[in-house]
Amino acid sequence: MQKTLDQFAIGEQGVVKSVGGEGKIKRRLFDMGITPGAEIMLRKRAPLGDPIEITVRNYELSLRLAEAQCVALEVRDETTAGEAKR
Amino acid sequence: MKRFALAGNPNCGKTTLFNSLTGSTAHVGNWPGVTVDKRDGVYKKCAEPIAIIDLPGIYSLSPYTPEEVIARNYILDEKPDCVINIVDATNLERNLYLTTQILEMDVPMVIALNMMDAVERQGDKIDAKELEKRLGVPVVKISALKEQGLAELMDKAFNESKKERHGSTVLNDTPIAHLIGDVRIALSGQNVGNPLFHAIKLVEGDEIEVEMHKETVPMVEEFKGTFNDEIFGTDFEALVADGRYKYISKYFAPVLTRKSKEKFAATRSDRADKVLTNRWAGIPIFLVILFLIFHLTFSENFLFISTFADWAKSPLPTLEDLGLLTAEGEPINYGVRWLATIYDGTIYSPGVIVNNIWNDMLVGELFGWIGGLIEGSGMAAWAVGLLNNGIIEGLGAVLSFLPPILTLFLFFSILEDSGYMARIAFILDRMFRRFGLSGRSFLPMIMGFGCSVPAMINTRTLADEKERTATVRVIPFFSCGAKLPILTAVAGAIILRFADGNGNADLITYSMYLLGIVVAIVSVLLMRATTLKGETPPFIMELPAYHAPQFKNLMAHLWDKTKHFVKKAFTIILASTILIWVLTHFGFDWKFLEDEQINESILAGLSRLVQPLFTPLGFGSQLGEYGWVFVLAAVAGLIAKENVISTFATLGACLIAAGVLPGFNADAIYADDTGIQAVVAMIAATGVTVPGLVSFIAFNMTTIPCFAAVGTAKSELGDKKRFGWTLVFWIAVSYIVGAIVYTIGSWWWTLFIWAAVAAGVTCLIVFYNKGKIKLKLPKRAK
Repeated sequence: MQKTLDQFAIGEQGVVKSVGGEGKIKRRLFDMGITPGAEIMLRKRAPLGDPIEITVRNYELSLRLAEAQCVALEVRDETTAGEAKR
Repeated sequence: MKRFALAGNPNCGKTTLFNSLTGSTAHVGNWPGVTVDKRDGVYKKCAEPIAIIDLPGIYSLSPYTPEEVIARNYILDEKPDCVINIVDATNLERNLYLTTQILEMDVPMVIALNMMDAVERQGDKIDAKELEKRLGVPVVKISALKEQGLAELMDKAFNESKKERHGSTVLNDTPIAHLIGDVRIALSGQNVGNPLFHAIKLVEGDEIEVEMHKETVPMVEEFKGTFNDEIFGTDFEALVADGRYKYISKYFAPVLTRKSKEKFAATRSDRADKVLTNRWAGIPIFLVILFLIFHLTFSENFLFISTFADWAKSPLPTLEDLGLLTAEGEPINYGVRWLATIYDGTIYSPGVIVNNIWNDMLVGELFGWIGGLIEGSGMAAWAVGLLNNGIIEGLGAVLSFLPPILTLFLFFSILEDSGYMARIAFILDRMFRRFGLSGRSFLPMIMGFGCSVPAMINTRTLADEKERTATVRVIPFFSCGAKLPILTAVAGAIILRFADGNGNADLITYSMYLLGIVVAIVSVLLMRATTLKGETPPFIMELPAYHAPQFKNLMAHLWDKTKHFVKKAFTIILASTILIWVLTHFGFDWKFLEDEQINESILAGLSRLVQPLFTPLGFGSQLGEYGWVFVLAAVAGLIAKENVISTFATLGACLIAAGVLPGFNADAIYADDTGIQAVVAMIAATGVTVPGLVSFIAFNMTTIPCFAAVGTAKSELGDKKRFGWTLVFWIAVSYIVGAIVYTIGSWWWTLFIWAAVAAGVTCLIVFYNKGKIKLKLPKRAK
């Protein structure tokens, strides 16, 4: 199943398929290690719901939902919903 | 002298390494045009002394951020003898991404593998020898914090600096390797230095390179026409970034063996964040920390101990109760003077204690002694006055800011170093985005309530230049500690004079604070929609692992700030202070005037001249003969806002001497610490109305801040033009705010006129912006 990063639930994991967005933002996402093949987990949302915190390439990165929308991922099945709350 | 440049990601321990290598030789200067610190120092423990240059922390060498452009230009143009690339071993993949880019330059290079201790603590292993083989440049394991491996690192770097190195790339397996090779050969043919680096940047379509090598661009374009990657199409920037990370995952990442097989194992930082950025607790915890910082810096009631004592019906005795004061209220001996810096019926907070020691015991004592010498030297009265009241008191006023500035700065450095600052931005970003700012700008603004100077310095953490300018400009609207006496004195006088003492002066004070915040918000919205237009800066930010702040780093930070500020105190601020003193102590005939003759001074004359300008603000021509006192006090406030009220006291005394104020007593005015009597005297002399007085506070709150803050704004903004407009902005805002307050306060129906003007301006801006570019214009706050 594919979806964009902003639609992930907490604890959900996925593999980056493609990165879109305007030049500067896309470059920044790439520079920070969000490239096709990178594995990402959504760690948490900020108290006001936005931005979000993800783990990518073994470190923590925060980005806004608007920017997360540019990242499309293939969801890892075993991490969806139920198990995610762990 | 050989020059080694330190390059690396933010938070990789670069500053720690720099401090360890250079010790006390480090000094800070500004890069031309950009306000990013360039630090350099000397390493002395090698065969010969070596200059160490600390480049800004960066993730990549893209053309999009000023820091990255600076680092890139430094290595390309200044050609350091060696680049020491610091790599955070706990975050190998992303750190090596920058390494792959520096590798492409023709510069000797050494990798410093930092934080190895943290890696080993987790039970992980890194094969440095293998990494060295795969990268083709020396790799040295170090711990910048424990100062381990530094000598070896510097020896290796020194060795490398004697050799020549040609750039190498990790992009040889990618479909564009051929194109890169062709462009490189073409560039070599044109005798371009660093051909490989430039070739790759050109292929990426990097805007700086395209500008530099116009004749080679068609070659790349031609290739693009025949090329189509299945994932990236012809997005070469993406292809290159992806190529780098693919190579890193394949060849470099395997040198790390992890103990934990789990991919997303929770680290210690994650566990800390469970609480600190918790959905419910995150914001309250932040507010508590913020409160603690202000409490520890400014509170004269440490941990509310004396309040608790009062509740327990056993109030703490004051020094007077203990019989430690003389009849005049002075401490009976030297020991008691020291005690008085810590305690007087209430225990002071550390920040206040430092402040008291600095001002009462050190600077006060020293300046008092110098003042005494000058007094007894038999110089002319004007010379004594200039030296004592002009220079020494002026310097004293500025230097007295130092303790709160440093205390606040210490706390904020701790927040920054520990990694919590990034979390604050994470928590608050949502709120600030509406105003076209990011969560990071909150902290500098809130610091403004303490003192504008450290607040403005703190805007350095903002990545976006426009956001930074906007933030620096509105910081003074967050009313600082020195403006509080103006608020309380005028508010107190209003209640005393116009409400017979029945009323709540605090209510006026609070609403003025609120007014300042509203003005700040409206100003930011307006600036972001007009002169400082731009997209809301992106918020793709690393949340670094928490670690304990290091004493040595903190001290280095503080020392930098102290030097910076003291230097300014002795230059621009001192000059301005002397100017104001001369203007208030000489008449147009250049005759020296005593304090009490201030009404004959040049500044008084000038104030009379510009008095009509302030008529719309309620303290201009309508006040008659003595209305200029308000203008004069406002100008005196430029030295330090405390001067506003003390000028009123001086003016009161001189008006009494002139027989203008029957029934007033100069001694009573001087004796009143709150300044309320002085303001009451001004009201009696001028007949100013309540709206006029409130407008006067509002004007002082939002106008040009004190010289210390102005000087800081100048160096933080960097650009002269931008600084000039900032001064204009402050004057304009204070004038408009004062006028709004006065007119609405005097004639309530003018509210509708102002509302109509505001609506008109909003419409104009929206209309104008729609015509040009699409901009999400936030709705104007009501």
